[in-house]
Amino acid sequence: MGEHHSTYVPKTGIERWVDARLPIVRLMHDSAVSYPVPRNLNYFWTFGGILMMMLVSQIITGIVLVMHYTPHVDYAFQSVEHIMRDVNYGWLMRYAHANGASMFFVAVYIHIFRGMYYGSYKAPRELLWILGVVIFLLMMATAFMGYVLPWGQMSFWGATVITNLFSAIPVVGESIVTWLWGGYSVDNPTLNRFFSLHYLLPFMIFGVVILHVWALHHVGQNNPSGVEVKNYAKDTVPFTPFATVKDLFAMVCFLMVFAWFVFFHPNFLGHADNYIPADPLKTPAHIVPEWYFLPFYGILRAVPDKLGGVLAMFASIALLAFLPWLDTSKVKSGAYRPAFKIFFWVFVVVCLFLGYAGSQPTDKAVLTLGGRVVLDMVGFGQILTVYYFAHFLVILPLLGLFEKPLALPASIADSVLASTGHGHPVGAHASPEK
Amino acid sequence: MKDVADNTMKAPGASDPNRRDFLLLATGAAGAVAVGGIAWPLISQMNPDASTVAAGAPVEVDLAPIGEGKAITLKWRGKPIFVRHRTAQEIADAKKDDTAALPDRQADAARVRAFDGKAQEQWIVVYGNCTHLGCVPIGFSGEYNGWYCPCHGSHYDNSGRIRKGPAPRNLDIPEFAFLSASKIRIG
Amino acid sequence: MTIVSRLFAAALVAGSSMALAAPALAAGGGEKPPRQSWSFYGPFGTFDKAQLQRGFKVYREVCSACHGIEKVSFRNLSEPGGPGFSEAQVKALAAEYKVKDGPNEQGEMFERPARPSDRFPKPFPNPEAAKAANNGAVPPDFSVIAKARSYERGFPIYVFDIFTQYQQQGVDYITALLLGYEEPPAGVKVEDGLHWNRYFPGNKIAMGNPLVAVFDDAGKPNDPNFYTDGTPVTKQQVAKDLSAFLMWTAEPKLEERKRTGVKVMLWLILLAGLLFMLKKRIWSRLDEDAPAKAH
Repeated sequence: MGEHHSTYVPKTGIERWVDARLPIVRLMHDSAVSYPVPRNLNYFWTFGGILMMMLVSQIITGIVLVMHYTPHVDYAFQSVEHIMRDVNYGWLMRYAHANGASMFFVAVYIHIFRGMYYGSYKAPRELLWILGVVIFLLMMATAFMGYVLPWGQMSFWGATVITNLFSAIPVVGESIVTWLWGGYSVDNPTLNRFFSLHYLLPFMIFGVVILHVWALHHVGQNNPSGVEVKNYAKDTVPFTPFATVKDLFAMVCFLMVFAWFVFFHPNFLGHADNYIPADPLKTPAHIVPEWYFLPFYGILRAVPDKLGGVLAMFASIALLAFLPWLDTSKVKSGAYRPAFKIFFWVFVVVCLFLGYAGSQPTDKAVLTLGGRVVLDMVGFGQILTVYYFAHFLVILPLLGLFEKPLALPASIADSVLASTGHGHPVGAHASPEK
Repeated sequence: MKDVADNTMKAPGASDPNRRDFLLLATGAAGAVAVGGIAWPLISQMNPDASTVAAGAPVEVDLAPIGEGKAITLKWRGKPIFVRHRTAQEIADAKKDDTAALPDRQADAARVRAFDGKAQEQWIVVYGNCTHLGCVPIGFSGEYNGWYCPCHGSHYDNSGRIRKGPAPRNLDIPEFAFLSASKIRIG
Repeated sequence: MTIVSRLFAAALVAGSSMALAAPALAAGGGEKPPRQSWSFYGPFGTFDKAQLQRGFKVYREVCSACHGIEKVSFRNLSEPGGPGFSEAQVKALAAEYKVKDGPNEQGEMFERPARPSDRFPKPFPNPEAAKAANNGAVPPDFSVIAKARSYERGFPIYVFDIFTQYQQQGVDYITALLLGYEEPPAGVKVEDGLHWNRYFPGNKIAMGNPLVAVFDDAGKPNDPNFYTDGTPVTKQQVAKDLSAFLMWTAEPKLEERKRTGVKVMLWLILLAGLLFMLKKRIWSRLDEDAPAKAH
């Protein structure tokens, strides 16, 4: 564990000269070439690279869109249509950016659930995990403000509803909302500041991502067995070419899904109402946030009290940061925790259904017996919300105390041996110990 | 150290190194094409968009309101265009200077257009941007009573030819044609 | 375990009732529009140029008095992937419209014939004027209307839509709406200035049946030669042609998008295949090394 030794050897005089002054090539070499990667990582571990790709993609398409977009209530909708119709490849930039946001969240949710399943938040990766939660929060803020920019009906009413959440704060709530708006309602000043922040936040995300990767490279990657690296020669492979080629393959596969939406189904993940220009005098019949916010929206709506709902929603995200201490199990990987495994998948299903509940009208019947509505969407959401919190606050703490985990493999190499049945595995040395 | 180099850099599949090399090359080439394919839209989007191109379509200008010895400035594709109605004296001055020491030698006759086989010498149509660094010169001024650029002191004659100062070329002439004796189409 | 199983049961019941509940919900607001077949369906779909031209005629003669297409320029009509009018046709067509320009040297705004680079002029100078002329309702602009209208597909059908490529809610709805004017069911009172429509959410729509401009009460076309290309003039045909035209105004780059998409997909498949083989070869080193290095 800990920092591995640099294996960079400058070959030419110029390389030695640069290395003595700014060891940037050494840094790249140590973190993307010789960096030791557990040899048993599965494809769920490629999502970090995919997320990096999506972040870069969003920043690039975003910068391009800004060259043609006008952040003004009178022109925003028009300028987006100008991008779609007149700008060379403008349709591609906009659809790639809009669908890219969704793909970013698809990847981040897989990344988060992977971390939850394999216990990637446990010591010594608590800070790594918390930095991830910070990135997730920043992503949510960025996505929300980005959705406001086209200034369609959903943009406007989404902005109105979400900013109004802050009015639930006692005493100062109304003042805070007015301050957020820069006026008496969501209007041009709001659009302008959201545009400004939507441009700023991705670079903050980028900064936190650097910390996230730094922390990762300091403590080393977790792996499906949850057993830490003991012998670099046997347990790891060098990042390049092993992880590089695997990540590239996964990225291209992910790009195919991305391209399917961009080119063949570009408005599937959006909402038709956002093609109606914003109208402050008329709310759409059924307003819903983008799909990636739905589970949290489901929690918000499940609580009948205004302040309570807002608190529950923020708590449901904040709770993630405390996960390293809520999970009391000594075993990292869910693969060796039979009971946890069941509860994990139940939790996944609960999150999906919370999303469904968040997308549906509140008075919709979920369960009818003899023509009588036994359970409506609010009630359904409440059951799911209680379970969501129970998972973190009751199930995980108790599970660690009572669960009998399976026997852990002695090392990563042994776990590979067990699964492949090959001869004595000796990987390429990533970083020989001395 | 040696171990590392061996394992990371050596061509694997020692039994059939050619196949691996071909695979690596093919993948690299396909990847390079993909990167190029992604880069092109990002570059192309900065070119003028369809609405800008369409708005830059040719325009027609009625010359009738421009009296002899007068000039107008109109805007086309975001740039100023000078249309100057020269007097007989000015035309004669310009022709006389065909033989003078001109930095960018061009006969006055080459700077006017014809209608119905007859040179319309009284009309000079030029882009109103100094060929030095693009400032807009002031009309009926300078040492040659043509245009004078206040930015860096370039003097043009009434034909729009550079006579003195840092500008390298005569004032550019936009594509234009006479539709009638008193009407031109620019572009 | 009991809690878990009960939750699972609830979840399953919820899942199965979703599909059933959705149509019931839709019935309250307006029926689900029937599915039509469209030439632009699927990854290889393209617009039918003749249909777009017919649709433009319908738009122009039936809808344009109240509904603008203010984001569309005349030049778009001759651009690739559209109705395929010639540039000369577009120039002549544009000249039939008047647009506001100016100010002139006297400082006054003036009207001039439109050029291909101009956008279609709005039917009303502002929403207030539109309201005043239309019984208090503003006729929506049609530029992106085919993307701005939809209906609930319901779970789990919308998941399947990802793979079946169904995304024609807008045009299906517009077609259905145009054909959905009927006498209200017995006992339903429709207020003055409103009309009953089978597919409109809430069923009561301010717009009168626009097809009366083309068809008489018996459903026969007023002018059998309304279409000059020999296409039979039926209500269904007129509604579909207009819808297809509105899909084009909403998504003028649809053909370019799909064409590019096919190329991109093929390339990604090639690249993925190559990377997969490369990955296998590189990782196979670990197996090769093992016996050689063991002990």
